[in-house]
Amino acid sequence: MPVTVRTFASTGEAAAALSSDRGARYLGGGTLVMRALNEGDISISTIVRAHDHALTRVDATGSRVTIGAGVTFARILAERDLAFLHAAARSIGGPAVRNMGTVGGNLFASNPYGDFAVALLALDAVVSVQGGLGSRDVPIEEFLQTRERQTGTLALAVSFQKPASADAFRYRKIARIKPKGGSVITLAAHLPISSGRILSARIALGSMAATPIRARAAERALEGRTLDATTISAAAAAAVEGTSPADNALASGWYRREIVGVHLRRLLSGQE
Amino acid sequence: MAKTALQFRHNGRDVAIFVDGGTNLLAALRELIGDMTPKFGCGQGGCGACSVLIDGELHLSCLTLAETVAGRSVETLDSLKDGPNLHPLQRAFADNFAAQCGYCTPGMLMAAKALLDRNPQPSRTEVIEAISGNICRCTGYEPIINAVLAAASGGRARA
Repeated sequence: MPVTVRTFASTGEAAAALSSDRGARYLGGGTLVMRALNEGDISISTIVRAHDHALTRVDATGSRVTIGAGVTFARILAERDLAFLHAAARSIGGPAVRNMGTVGGNLFASNPYGDFAVALLALDAVVSVQGGLGSRDVPIEEFLQTRERQTGTLALAVSFQKPASADAFRYRKIARIKPKGGSVITLAAHLPISSGRILSARIALGSMAATPIRARAAERALEGRTLDATTISAAAAAAVEGTSPADNALASGWYRREIVGVHLRRLLSGQE
Repeated sequence: MAKTALQFRHNGRDVAIFVDGGTNLLAALRELIGDMTPKFGCGQGGCGACSVLIDGELHLSCLTLAETVAGRSVETLDSLKDGPNLHPLQRAFADNFAAQCGYCTPGMLMAAKALLDRNPQPSRTEVIEAISGNICRCTGYEPIINAVLAAASGGRARA
């Protein structure tokens, strides 16, 4: 069924068009919205686009990183200042998908996709969104939990504090086809260390619930500790707490619960 | 519903078509322009059979809104032909038995071209990475990887 395509010069106009039409969806790289259209999703009656340069801006030179929602994964891989995110970007799609798929779109990607959002959740990112009433910043955890209701808002950018060291941010995706298949589970950890102790640990899990979630019990097991074998064991044992993984073609929920602690242990102890 | 006028470069030639809202580039190429070289595989971004180059960059035409290529250059497998002469990549695919049923071949060739245009002497790992978004259910990939490496090492008559 043909849909109406509306293209705007600014994100403000695009956001207004999105919020005033329940059947409107924002088209980023196309890997989600065009796929839905190809599959005959009749809930989409209007496609909204914006040619705003702000959407493709990357600011990664300082300690605070801002990435426009329209930035592709290929672009992330080309940015040396974003080396800590390269593993996450590389785990998504093949080269064509990485040339198309965007950081903003990934926030809306449902299981078994949305791996970049898992990385951003561990980084405590803030999502700048523009709705009908103006723009605001939403913590990514809140954004992900409410994303079913966010289709009328336009994601503009994500921003977060750059990890202090290469070792402080870790990412691991378990897939049947390595590295880019759909996620069996995805893990990301941000472990800021101050005087040898972990402060404000963040563990994010993908495919362990309907949206990426934080493993709060594992975070508590790490908080204020040194990253030694005892701490890692405690965190690994707590990884499954609060998760509700579903069955899909890639793995059963039971299997996901079985392996999440194993892979968190490997991630924390730096094993391949 | 009104159609939208769309102009772009298709394999070096300017084309103008009218598309329905929401038409993807693959449908526009096949049904409106008559270029049957890009294939419809999954419509989901999973198989790579519809791969084309947009301004030299590898894209999936089935997930590209046709209107977004306005004013841009789209290259499909059809651009590789030169009368009866095969492109070095096509020759290497033939010589190395890299095509069996042939359905993935257009996408494989475009993914390989995207690689060699940027990196004329890729490693085996880089070739594997470059075609990692393209599914082949016949060859087991080894002949395809060998063909791309052979095309690279054999030097290419034209880019």
